[in-house]
Amino acid sequence: MPMREFWTFRHAAWLGWQTESNWTDPLLFATYSVIRPITTTLMVVLMYWFVGSKETSLFELMFLGNTLYMYIFNVPFGISYVIMEDREHYKVLKYLYISPANIYVYLMGRGVSKFVITTVAVAITLAFGVLFLGVHIALGTINPLFLAASFVLGLTGLIAFGTIMAGISLLVARHNFYIGESLAGIFYLFCGVVFPISVLPWWGEALGKVIPITYWLEATRRSLLGFGDPTLAQLTDMEVFGILAFSTLLLLALSVVLFRAYNHVARARGVIDMTTWY
Amino acid sequence: MSLERNMRCVYARAYVRILGANRELSWVFFDTFLPLLGVAAFVYIYKATTQDPEVLNTLLTRVILGGSMAAFWMNVLWGMGANFYYEKENGNLELFLMAPTSRMALLLGMAIGGLFNTTFRAISTVLLGSVIFGVSFALTSPLQLLAVFFLTLLALYGLGILFASLFLMYGREAWHISNLLQEPIFLLSGFYFPVRFLGFYVVTIASFIPLTLGLDAMNQILGGRYALEWGLLPVGTEIGILAILSILFVLMAKYALAYMEERGRREGSLVLKFQ
Repeated sequence: MPMREFWTFRHAAWLGWQTESNWTDPLLFATYSVIRPITTTLMVVLMYWFVGSKETSLFELMFLGNTLYMYIFNVPFGISYVIMEDREHYKVLKYLYISPANIYVYLMGRGVSKFVITTVAVAITLAFGVLFLGVHIALGTINPLFLAASFVLGLTGLIAFGTIMAGISLLVARHNFYIGESLAGIFYLFCGVVFPISVLPWWGEALGKVIPITYWLEATRRSLLGFGDPTLAQLTDMEVFGILAFSTLLLLALSVVLFRAYNHVARARGVIDMTTWY
Repeated sequence: MSLERNMRCVYARAYVRILGANRELSWVFFDTFLPLLGVAAFVYIYKATTQDPEVLNTLLTRVILGGSMAAFWMNVLWGMGANFYYEKENGNLELFLMAPTSRMALLLGMAIGGLFNTTFRAISTVLLGSVIFGVSFALTSPLQLLAVFFLTLLALYGLGILFASLFLMYGREAWHISNLLQEPIFLLSGFYFPVRFLGFYVVTIASFIPLTLGLDAMNQILGGRYALEWGLLPVGTEIGILAILSILFVLMAKYALAYMEERGRREGSLVLKFQ
């Protein structure tokens, strides 16, 4: 990475961290960061417990999916929200554009704080699940290389989704929340986060199978639990990884092209400094 | 302050909110279909794990009611509570405070405007959810349902005004509190499962949130015999508690607003931005 991009990334990450956390003391911030995700997971856990589902594998599948969903919600939405926050709230986006910073790299840097906070929440939730909810992480059978590689790919895909959403946010007024919520809802419903995708109608299952996140969840489940969604059982680990890698690279390329296009249109229309939150 | 002036203030604030929310047609689409995505995910959890059709229908009734009432909770948090934060950031708060009207009138207008829009979202969730997922409601008492619905909303918006008072003093801290109160309340109030399952002590604390008893009562009225079996308290008792909570929250809101405004004036926090 050239030096200028490195500094942009670094300062953006620092800025993101300050914006997220400096409203309170570190202990309160840490508590705040984990309460919401843990309660979200607990809600789904209680739904399973209430109906007395005896299928341990289904419960573990759901638990891990719901825990990983924190990344799916926080990282892309966090990146795209930066546009609204910097443009409409702090009104500094125009200054970023006249600085030497690369906006695409800046957005990725701002996503770092979301990633770090989410990783802490995910780690705590997983530990909670293992210690108190009887979730079995198959430590002896984890393939660290497979897990790490699929994690990097999954995260790259989420960042790519985030930058596409950020590009769209450059052009829209007030719709940012709806776009983020819609995508998060679609991923939650169709990617088999809390149930096997075969439960969905055929068109829902087909939609789930073309979203890269489905394969990231599948690869992570196979790595940590030793099994995944029964709907995708006919695929080998390498096939899951191959689909994930191919779709992620495609998505990344698409995000670069789309962001560049949206960015160009936004500058041409003169909407980089528009304020619409009234 | 004259009643007429305050009523004009209520009308003006509600008018802006109703008009503002409906000036963009795509919002109506998003408001209608977005909640359904979340509801659908929870519906499929129960469909994946429940065999008995009657039990399933009761649980899906709960999910659909929870999904529709979630709209009101979000409106209370962001449309009522956090609204003073946005007004402060935009520079409108000082104009509101200069106006010769009661703060309660201002917030009542916001509540009425928010209620109007949110009711649309909630009703569409109930109608579409029940049609798409084939849920049938076993309505036992329309009068009780209306009483529960209105008392829940009265108590809830009283709580919303109480939240709003926090924003006269605080900025991002209060914004983050609103953010924090979304999912934990969905859990504590049993939005998507019978709240009784949480146990006596947790439910006792959760009962101070109007939605806990409101949802439980609505579910008992609409969910059939299993809902009655899983109910927390008899519906009549829940209506009584909701009535008490309504009075309590509205009174607390009035005093909290006056206190926070006075503190905000003294400490100069009413016009602080980006804090």
